[in-house]
Amino acid sequence: MYSVGHSEERKDGVAKVRGTARYVDDMTFPGMLHARTIRSTIACGEVLAVRHALEEQGFTVVTARDIPGENVIALIADDQPCLADGVVRHAEEPLLIVAHPQRAALWQARVDVEYHARAPLLDAERSSTIFKEVQIDKGDPGRGFAAADVVVEGEYRTSWQEQLYIEPNGVIAVPENGGVTIHGSLQCPYYVHAALCRVLGLAGGKVRVVQAVTGGGFGGKEEYPSMIAAHAALAALKSGRPVKLVYDRMEDMAATTKRHPAVVRHRTGVTWDGRITAMDIDVLMDAGAYTTLSPVVISRGALHATGPYRCDHVHVRGRAVMTNTPPNGAFRGFGAPQTEFAAEAHMDRIAERLAIDPLTLRERNAWRPGDTTATGQTLGADCSALDVLCEAALRTDFQGKWRRNRGSGRGIGLSLFFHGAGFTGAGEERLASRAALELTAFGARIHVSSTELGQGAHTVLPQIVAETLRVPYEYIEIAPVDTAGVPDSGPTVASRTSMIVGGILQRCAEEMRDRLGSLSPEEYLELHGPLVITKEYERPPGSVWDEEHYRGDAYGTYTFGCNVVELEVDPVTYEARPRRLTAVLDFGKALNPALAKGQIEGGSVQGLGYALLEEVVHKEGRMANNQLANYAIPTTLDVPPLDVVILETPYRHGPFGAKGLVEAPIDGPAPAVINALRNAGYDLRSLPATPEKIMEARCGST
Amino acid sequence: MKRLIRLRVNGEPVETAVPPNRTLLEMLRDDLGLTGAKEGCGEGDCGACTVLLDGLPVSSCLVLALQAEGREVVTVEGLAREGQLDPLQQAFVEEGGVQCGFCTPGMLLAATSLLAANPDPSEQEIREAIAGNLCRCTGYQKIVESIRRAARRGP
Repeated sequence: MYSVGHSEERKDGVAKVRGTARYVDDMTFPGMLHARTIRSTIACGEVLAVRHALEEQGFTVVTARDIPGENVIALIADDQPCLADGVVRHAEEPLLIVAHPQRAALWQARVDVEYHARAPLLDAERSSTIFKEVQIDKGDPGRGFAAADVVVEGEYRTSWQEQLYIEPNGVIAVPENGGVTIHGSLQCPYYVHAALCRVLGLAGGKVRVVQAVTGGGFGGKEEYPSMIAAHAALAALKSGRPVKLVYDRMEDMAATTKRHPAVVRHRTGVTWDGRITAMDIDVLMDAGAYTTLSPVVISRGALHATGPYRCDHVHVRGRAVMTNTPPNGAFRGFGAPQTEFAAEAHMDRIAERLAIDPLTLRERNAWRPGDTTATGQTLGADCSALDVLCEAALRTDFQGKWRRNRGSGRGIGLSLFFHGAGFTGAGEERLASRAALELTAFGARIHVSSTELGQGAHTVLPQIVAETLRVPYEYIEIAPVDTAGVPDSGPTVASRTSMIVGGILQRCAEEMRDRLGSLSPEEYLELHGPLVITKEYERPPGSVWDEEHYRGDAYGTYTFGCNVVELEVDPVTYEARPRRLTAVLDFGKALNPALAKGQIEGGSVQGLGYALLEEVVHKEGRMANNQLANYAIPTTLDVPPLDVVILETPYRHGPFGAKGLVEAPIDGPAPAVINALRNAGYDLRSLPATPEKIMEARCGST
Repeated sequence: MKRLIRLRVNGEPVETAVPPNRTLLEMLRDDLGLTGAKEGCGEGDCGACTVLLDGLPVSSCLVLALQAEGREVVTVEGLAREGQLDPLQQAFVEEGGVQCGFCTPGMLLAATSLLAANPDPSEQEIREAIAGNLCRCTGYQKIVESIRRAARRGP
């Protein structure tokens, strides 16, 4: 192998350790203004009057009336305004944008807003506004329950989680060429491009979006940058000057999207020998005030709600509903961490009811190749649920420790999980992603809109091309992500970049290799002139999806993983202290093993934060703990040794066998932690497992 | 009311006029153009703005520029010597200690200070030395391994 399977050094590594990588807040433009967003302080009501004297003080002020196009952030339902126009549906909703040459002056800007406040709807379980409902039906659950010896029911709850990229959101809008150019910290340049054309009423050619070096995204820079870019662009067009709009941490935490809170109810029929005969699952997600990406999040959540288990009779119902809280959105895992938490916590309760151990129950029911999912998708030869389960159990002596621990204050917990790679259903066909490869004197230059967020896309994609062209990795370049220069390769989300965009690039490189024949790149360019090969996504043969009935191939394929968490509970403080986390993942092929391990380690620790530490506190619909001092994410001292194992069962339609990787690692830690707590003698059914909740599980609620 | 201060930044003498409420981070980034130090929270919680002040790591968002008068500041831009990465920078690149890179400058400086005081730290000592530097990408394992690798190699 030339490059694939080698831990090549990341292309952006040297600039990042030198401190020369330019993030958006490191950039400045002549005459640049700084902007700030004035936000609603109430969760629901009408704006009666806005009073200020900012123009007289040298500020540029943008209101909904300054929007030349439509007052909407275009995404799925187009229901979210760019600036609230009289009606407020959640706290922190943007009302005005103010801009000034001095950054410090922004904090002196006084705006008085008079509201007519209404009682906000804050409880998703009382909401009757459904943004999206999905149903999955397989077989006849009535028959399945009739065949059961035991029915186990359970309710599981998860709360918000903040992405908490260390670089806050930000963009700079520069008015130029009769339109606007955005430089920003963002995942999806073409989402921003599409949203700006609508808000500004500009043709596509007048809007340009360039990704700055981006300090982490985790989904949090999927859709919200469209909002920030629109605000900055409006201020730039009104003032005629470049405008920088960079959030501080408190604003970023209070105002931008989070992982959806969920309530998941399970009713499961099982036989005494541990066979699942029927599943009835209800998933409710709190979408917040606007639709954003919630239809797709609830869809993915519902599609992962069964866990990776055989069952002939399934009913899943999923709903995403409106509340008067800041809209929730994309976050690594995208609905699956909530429903897989419920599925895996429920499995351990079923095992307890049947008096068998958690490993045996999972071994009996885990998918094998040829089994069908809830949507009727037949799993291919790359279905390795049982392999990851056995590897993790063996490696950790799971059964032995699980028996010895019971009730000791120590616990060991296991979770088996899966993650659909790429967009759901026909999503990839609709995206019709394109990628281009340009021949250079020594190798090739990649043109894609896939963004580098730290995950390593701009290292792994060149590796795929180097391998296919059979040239050294160093000879493959990647063009800056700039909508003026790269085709739309779809958004950088859904663990799709290596598998889907990498697959398109592999086909580009194969054709380039054939065209070159025995010629060197230099000779080819001399003889035939420039060569650029552009290709579009092609659906794997035989794959079908029925969107109306949720039947067929919900995803191209699935990545499988198993976590084992070992922990101790402090008998005085009731803190759960993880002592080891084992993660066995099979994502087909580790294109770059070091980067892959980094993704698994990082995702696992983010999952431990979700399990144990990270709790959003709301007061009247506003986040009350929007600071790093009181919304705690894991530090070095919160993280136990991580044992990462990679299995490689190739996927025949992925480049060199690769499937999606980066989201799967966050699906497993939370249920493994909750199951370890159960093993230690604490019955918890909600996240996060804070010391208060663990104490209540032991002592009862006070 | 600005005041003129003199200090050394990355070994070079610097003279600059600062208002009394200017933070060291603002002075470095906005006045001196040294944008390697990052603002992640502005409240001393995340460590992205870590620089060395007389060899010790500080959150430069919590230090006033005036407090640096007459002292020695080292930022990430001052680590490489004659264009060559220093052993820590090299190890971060080789070991996968860098992902999004936003915490990296602060991590490197916290680690520089650790290795200057303790050239052969244990894993626990490394973890304690960088406990004030948050990273959301790596889970810290590869950062700890990077620092170990640099320590093994020596300065």
